[in-house]
Amino acid sequence: MRIYHFSEHPYPDAWNDPHGYLRVDLPNRACDPRRAADLFHRYHDEYLLADDLGLDLMLNEHHQTATCMNSTSIVSLSIMARQTRKARLLILGYPIGHRPDPLRCAEELSTIDVISRGRLDMGFIKGVPYEFAPSNANPVGVMDRFWESHDFIIKAMTTHDGPFNWESEHFHYRQVNIWPRPWQQPHPPVWSTTASKGNARVLGERGYVMAILGSGYATKALFDAYREGYASTHNGAMPGPDRFAYLALFATAHDEAEARRRGELVAGYLRTGANVYAPFKNPPGYLSVDDNMKLMRGMTPGRSFTKDGRVVDMRTGSLQDLIDSVLMVCGTPDQCYQQITDFIAYTGGMSNLLVMAQAGFLDHKDTCDSLTLLAKEILPRLREFKQPGTASVAAA
Amino acid sequence: MTTDVLPAKRMSSIKINDIRIDVVQRGTGSPLLFLHPGIGLDPAAPVLDKLASHARLIAPTHPGFGASEQPPAFDSVDDLAYFYLDLLDELDLKGVTLVGVSLGGWIAAEIAVKSTARISRLVLANAVGIKVGGRETRDIADIFAMPDKEFNERAYANPALGEHDYKAMADADVRAAARNREATARYAWSPYMHNPKLKGRLHRIKVPTLFLWGDSDRILSEPYGRAYAGLIPGARFETVAKAGHFPHIEQAEEFARRVHAFMEGRSS
Repeated sequence: MRIYHFSEHPYPDAWNDPHGYLRVDLPNRACDPRRAADLFHRYHDEYLLADDLGLDLMLNEHHQTATCMNSTSIVSLSIMARQTRKARLLILGYPIGHRPDPLRCAEELSTIDVISRGRLDMGFIKGVPYEFAPSNANPVGVMDRFWESHDFIIKAMTTHDGPFNWESEHFHYRQVNIWPRPWQQPHPPVWSTTASKGNARVLGERGYVMAILGSGYATKALFDAYREGYASTHNGAMPGPDRFAYLALFATAHDEAEARRRGELVAGYLRTGANVYAPFKNPPGYLSVDDNMKLMRGMTPGRSFTKDGRVVDMRTGSLQDLIDSVLMVCGTPDQCYQQITDFIAYTGGMSNLLVMAQAGFLDHKDTCDSLTLLAKEILPRLREFKQPGTASVAAA
Repeated sequence: MTTDVLPAKRMSSIKINDIRIDVVQRGTGSPLLFLHPGIGLDPAAPVLDKLASHARLIAPTHPGFGASEQPPAFDSVDDLAYFYLDLLDELDLKGVTLVGVSLGGWIAAEIAVKSTARISRLVLANAVGIKVGGRETRDIADIFAMPDKEFNERAYANPALGEHDYKAMADADVRAAARNREATARYAWSPYMHNPKLKGRLHRIKVPTLFLWGDSDRILSEPYGRAYAGLIPGARFETVAKAGHFPHIEQAEEFARRVHAFMEGRSS
């Protein structure tokens, strides 16, 4: 069992303006660079603590937003590669369908893998809808570019006998020969995220680690689609729990009331994170034609579900709703352990838990306390927890 | 080429280079190829019958739009321009009046700089396709960064004409609208709604050219249209009152009358 600590490196002071939007078009005049520096140092200190405590680290990136100052997560990842000792370093994700230069991506990731002596996990993602306005990448065809970029990065990392040629639909190079080559062989583990069964099956076919974000008790269908894909390319074998990851917000404390107070602060992320000018939320081609037809007719499918099938709106749900739908793990260490193991049992096996243990206005002291309890009182018990077998899944 | 007629919508389906598209073909006389804007082609639009009253109208739905097939390799207006040059060859059309609105105008201009062998006249209505301002000037409003309401206010003299009740519309029409939005982005996302090379090629257009410009357009400005016209030798520029970005919709009769007058060499 691995637990990855994650913070979006927010700039919460910007939340105080209720009239504007937090992403894409919030003027950066609202960002005081001195305050930003203090926040970066603070969040990095929390990552270093997590490393000391035996947790792993996850970083991500978003653009033009107060919700996430890591607009180039490679920078924070590079610092972590040198400053931490043991933690896995997961970038989830790296929006390679937006990047005009996958050679640069391969070089950056290989360098980080070498400096960290083989601790990089490469999470490649499509990116959320509002990333297309900042990057100006065409949302139509983003998955085609994603897969060509992926293929190129893997080829660059696994070619060791001198330059190769790449002239394809989206990217053109004639002399590819990256230095350094990655530490991990044949290449650092590949992760990705999805919310669709079709993509889950593709990730399964490739045996990559699949991370699911916030779908709660609707997650198993995605895991099962992955399992089908995996079995189809692995002689019918079932994937182990280490092929699955799940991201939830997180807050704990010895006292339940204090845990819930922290939980409310962390939940501030969900309640404001989608505060985006509407046209940036659905760029053309991001969703399928069928899904767009439903949207045009005012139908929005639920995304987060409780155990009894209730849909939870992550922006308006109560703290208990968020806990019930595993958008958040929150409570005393015992309660958190129970919530996590209930969920793992439901999924049929999952051994990478990604926790957003810092978000919104949760301060340094509370974040450090929450992380310490997570590492000392929850993680050891989870390591003892017996993951559900795969036999019953195979039979299902 | 193959043809299947769909009488219900008065559309037929043709294949050019093995790519199947819908096309409206009505009327007799001199051929008129009408290229629709990004919002697509409604086969029941009054302008089509009006244009067909004095011409042989051919109004295709572009590849990727409406119910027309999206060829996997098509991602630029250049692809569409070559596709329509092939269509002109395939249908063996001669002396064609080529009419395009907005995105359709851009396609028409790209066709005309390549070859006017089968084209005798060109009509560009509120056409996009070039950049005239400086690098920090947005010549063409960012239609993907505005809600539908703002789009309609900018695009129409009467914004109510742009409103749609998708809940009440047939599946096929909602699907067409969704595909139109996606296809517009596929062809025109970046560089946004223009080809940086086109401006330097417009001098190649030697056929008589008419710009029709809805004077209430707030997607494009009239100075943009006049600058565009100034790059095509001898082009005439006329405004259309009480019309915005889609004068063929808002002033269908006047639009058709101006096109017919131009075809007959009369001053409108």
